[in-house]
Amino acid sequence: MTRRSLSAACAATAVIWGGATFAEISPADIVWEDEIAIPASLSGTPGDPVAGAVTVSSRSAGNCLSCHQNTAMPEHDFQGNIGPSLDGSGARWSEAELRGIVANAKRVFPESMMPVFYNDNPEDYIRPGEAYTARAYNPETFSTLLTAQQVEDVVAYLMTLTDW
Amino acid sequence: MKTMTKLWATVAICGAMLSSTAFADPHPDAELIIEGELHIATRAEPPEHLGGVLPEIYSGWLFRTDETRELQMDDFDNPGMLFAERGEDRWELAEGTANQSCADCHGDVESMAGVRAVMPKVNENGELWSMQNYINNCRTERMGADAWGWNSEPMKDVTSLISLQSRGMPVAVKIDGEAAEFWEKGREMYYTRFGQLELSCANCHEDNWGRMIRADHLSQGMSNGFPTYRLKNASIVPLHQRFRGCIRDTRGESFAEGSQEFRELELYVSSRGLGLPVEGISVRQ
Ligand code: HEC
Ligand code: HEC
Ligand code: HEC
Repeated sequence: MTRRSLSAACAATAVIWGGATFAEISPADIVWEDEIAIPASLSGTPGDPVAGAVTVSSRSAGNCLSCHQNTAMPEHDFQGNIGPSLDGSGARWSEAELRGIVANAKRVFPESMMPVFYNDNPEDYIRPGEAYTARAYNPETFSTLLTAQQVEDVVAYLMTLTDW
Repeated sequence: MKTMTKLWATVAICGAMLSSTAFADPHPDAELIIEGELHIATRAEPPEHLGGVLPEIYSGWLFRTDETRELQMDDFDNPGMLFAERGEDRWELAEGTANQSCADCHGDVESMAGVRAVMPKVNENGELWSMQNYINNCRTERMGADAWGWNSEPMKDVTSLISLQSRGMPVAVKIDGEAAEFWEKGREMYYTRFGQLELSCANCHEDNWGRMIRADHLSQGMSNGFPTYRLKNASIVPLHQRFRGCIRDTRGESFAEGSQEFRELELYVSSRGLGLPVEGISVRQ
């Protein structure tokens, strides 16, 4: 088995396994509380803050540092300052509120520049593209910017940011 | 309510942090002087139609690093000049069934002074054309030659050469009369939040110029520097290619280079820079 097909097989297994075990909450089924909070886990699996840190800093995943500074990640230079610093977000917001912000910031901060990370409906966008190719989106593959588990991981990581 | 209080707390902290960092501004006093003699203004009064959304308008040059800015101050160091030099040869080259060159009809390329400053403009048939459209019209209708691709090498060479003839002349696109309807559409586009990231041109270039988006220092997204030599591409980047890149970065579906939409956007973006001098061939990162 080549390396490529091996990793494809692993990914497929993970999906099947994940789907069989937990009932993931799809973007359309999110239940909001107090307008801005999502009390229930989106994936059913507790978030992993270590994986969350990777998602926050990775350009191909959350790319949160393109807009936010985070002094807990001094190893990443080029942190943006479009939004407020992430420092202390775990002290300012509850877990449910952070889930709301990461899943759909525009609900929490109307008109925000922060992208909606958990919405898979292409109809909600103007000329959505196929990732960063500048081409039209593919209805077969259009998906949320972060998976349910990635949202949980990011929230778990943000909860560790209590100093500011 | 709760949201607002918490957010204001961060905004206050953030504001205190920002005011102590100089990178948030365009360069406060750099002057663009080419070859030690040609002074090109990089700041100007904003045009009235902007209604005060920008306190002053700035060339993208002011947002670049010392090294990048210096490259544009010396024509020998400016790699874009090689394109204009090749453009001179093409200007003289007879082509097509008419076996004529640009020079046969237009004479010295200096006759093109001022042309770049008013592009795009409405042609005699009421269509909004960019410089590339005018050039291709001469090629296909007058010379009997093939049209050049929008981003092709010959098009880059000749648009660079023609733009250079307007270096230092203020952008003076017409936005009223027949141009008004195109301008309106371009304006609407500028404020449309494209792509899965739902970002408009204004989100980055009007609301956040001076800030950092990852490693990029956001400028006001002015077009007076185009065509631009981009170090990253090691080539001339035409304005529509830049538009495409900016829309791609919203995870959006771009319009085609040369499309009606991009010509309208070109007109509107140019009008935000009314009064800023054409930089001919600028250098950007
Ligand atoms: C395109 C820019 C952008 C990106 C990318 C972005 N954000 Fe934001 N974010 C903002 C802005 C702007 C705000 C301020 C809210 C507003 O719009 O008024 C914000 C607010 C927040 C807040 C609330 C801050 C506070 O404590 O007041 C958190 C937490 C947050 N973002 C986390 C994230 C995370 C995690 C990611 C990556 C998954 C991310 N952001 C990606 C722009 C961005
Ligand atoms: C057979 C003569 C002829 C040739 C050859 C020719 N042009 Fe033209 N060109 C014209 C005429 C006539 C016009 C329209 C009148 C005007 O604005 O000068 C024009 C208009 C233009 C314009 C628009 C100018 C403006 O102010 O609106 C540009 C740019 C241009 N030509 C570039 C070129 C280039 C580049 C070439 C060579 C690839 C070329 N032309 C070859 C005759 C010619
Ligand atoms: C996500 C933020 C973002 C959005 C949205 C965006 N741009 Fe940009 N744009 C950039 C960055 C980053 C650069 C390179 C640094 C700079 O000059 O700001 C840039 C550069 C430019 C430049 C070149 C400026 C110069 O002097 O070299 C122009 C022109 C421009 N953008 C126009 C647009 C237009 C028109 C739109 C809307 C279709 C747009 N941008 C949307 C981020 C953005």
